[in-house]
Amino acid sequence: MSATDARSSGVAAARARLQLEPSTALRGAVILGLFLFVVLAVPSLVGSDWVTTFASVSIYSIVALGFGILYGRVGMISLGQVALLSVGCWIAARLAYATSIPFPVLLLVTGAITCAIGVLVGLPSLRLSGLYLALITLMFAGAVTVVLGVIDFPNGGHGFKGTSVSNTLTTGNPPVRRPSIAVGDTAFYRYIVVVTALMFLLALVHVAAKPGRAWASIRESEPAALAAGVNITLYKMWAFALASFMTGVAGCLLASQVGTPRAITFQTQDSLTLAATALIGGIFSLWGAIVAGIFNQLFPFLFSAQWGINSNFLLIIFGIGLLQVLLTAPGGLAEQFPRDMANLGRLIVRRIRSLTGGGKATA
Amino acid sequence: MIEVSGLTVRFAGVTPIDDMSVVFPGGTCGLIGPNGAGKTTFFNVLSGFVKPATGSVAAFGEDLLKMADFRRARWGLRRTFQTEMAIEKLSIFDNVAMIHEHSGAKRSSRRADVQAAVDFVGLTASPRATVGGLGARERRLVEVARAVVGRPRVVLLDEPAAGLPDEETGHLSEVIQKIPDRFGALVILVDHDMSLVSACCQTTAVVDFGKLIASGPTADILRDEHVMRAYLGTETEL
Repeated sequence: MSATDARSSGVAAARARLQLEPSTALRGAVILGLFLFVVLAVPSLVGSDWVTTFASVSIYSIVALGFGILYGRVGMISLGQVALLSVGCWIAARLAYATSIPFPVLLLVTGAITCAIGVLVGLPSLRLSGLYLALITLMFAGAVTVVLGVIDFPNGGHGFKGTSVSNTLTTGNPPVRRPSIAVGDTAFYRYIVVVTALMFLLALVHVAAKPGRAWASIRESEPAALAAGVNITLYKMWAFALASFMTGVAGCLLASQVGTPRAITFQTQDSLTLAATALIGGIFSLWGAIVAGIFNQLFPFLFSAQWGINSNFLLIIFGIGLLQVLLTAPGGLAEQFPRDMANLGRLIVRRIRSLTGGGKATA
Repeated sequence: MIEVSGLTVRFAGVTPIDDMSVVFPGGTCGLIGPNGAGKTTFFNVLSGFVKPATGSVAAFGEDLLKMADFRRARWGLRRTFQTEMAIEKLSIFDNVAMIHEHSGAKRSSRRADVQAAVDFVGLTASPRATVGGLGARERRLVEVARAVVGRPRVVLLDEPAAGLPDEETGHLSEVIQKIPDRFGALVILVDHDMSLVSACCQTTAVVDFGKLIASGPTADILRDEHVMRAYLGTETEL
């Protein structure tokens, strides 16, 4: 009796494994295929201005990923993520001018320093939440804009403080360097996509493991998380550390990608736009961050460079998009699009079936 | 055994627990009283959400109040809440596993322990199912599974049967009765359903206005005139 029980439960377990594995394997294969297509094929299919735009999409999807971890996973609204990106960009530019460390080390060091700053910015989240935390982080974004404007953001020259004699807007300063293996635009685009993929992997191993479950618990209810033994201080700071590290890495990529970053490219309102596009993309899914990157960087390019429309119209479109998402699909496009496509597919199949069925009936 | 002595909790102008002394000997202990009697506040003191003004709580000889709130789960304190607190976005497995992760229990036994807890409460849904898609009864069972996984020593159940129909309360009652023997944990059950309390609890304590008004074997307590009057609200002397 017990032997058959054991056998049947073993069979059930094997079946459960089998049910799980094909879909996971298929998903992995699709993601890998997509990744290879984006890295290898895309640059040869489009022009160089598109490659630069896709590089920005990639970088901003890392920033959106950080926002998604903070808000989607833990429930902490940070409206200072683009400001943190500019801090990362600034740190990377200064380190690149002042030292000759290899580029991967530059990425890590920039990430680590931005991480420390991000944790400081996140400290109020231990006491504040919701609107108050959003306000504090937005104030941080405003402060960063002011400070970087005053201190003549990167401004070339040598050493840590090095300001060039000429005015910031001249392009005489050497650009922030790129890795020696990826100096050209296409090669550096590929480099950026690979680093982005690594950041998404880093997010995935967190979200799918102990920190992800602890964050979900905090998001659901802090008292319940405490009762479950979650050290709320540790896990909140961990989320800020992770998001800030990734944003710092993105800042380093951005500094090298544009070569001569300027304070004027980072406005306080960019942090708000990022939050809006991240919500439209979907904050509960890692895919949502990619959608957010596309909205944030590809759409302005399409509007201004391709269609000749003032890209400020995008703010209105993002506003309407945000309204749509908040009202109909809190999971964002990453959740809504596959669902709508599946519904559409079913509808088409039903139509075809009823048409062919109807055909038979009349014949 | 949990010994509470001289416990007082004061919020601005209100004293929800007023010099309460009570002993929970072991097994499953009932804690009953009218709404606002201080039952949930008492649980909140045990969980560390509320700092008492005076008093002590010794659980199996250890001073519970000295422990940091989040460390009490690792020590073996578990609780459910009046409102549902299972994590909607996570699967049943992850919901239970996250408690196990913070309980200090061995990582290598996680899969087996989580499965054992899920089986113990009689959940038949797939462990991969997301809790957000479950019915009220199943979510309650997930919460109980969360409360018993990873070497629990004290399990606090705050109105676990609230909102459940009678036949489902019956199953829950069977599960609760088995907790002390199966896991060696002391269970404190707060509920207004007297049939659930009398079915599960060997001893019961009654509180009203933050004071203990009776305690002893459940059958005797439920026959006590004072207790009945406290529940009906006709007690004027106290």
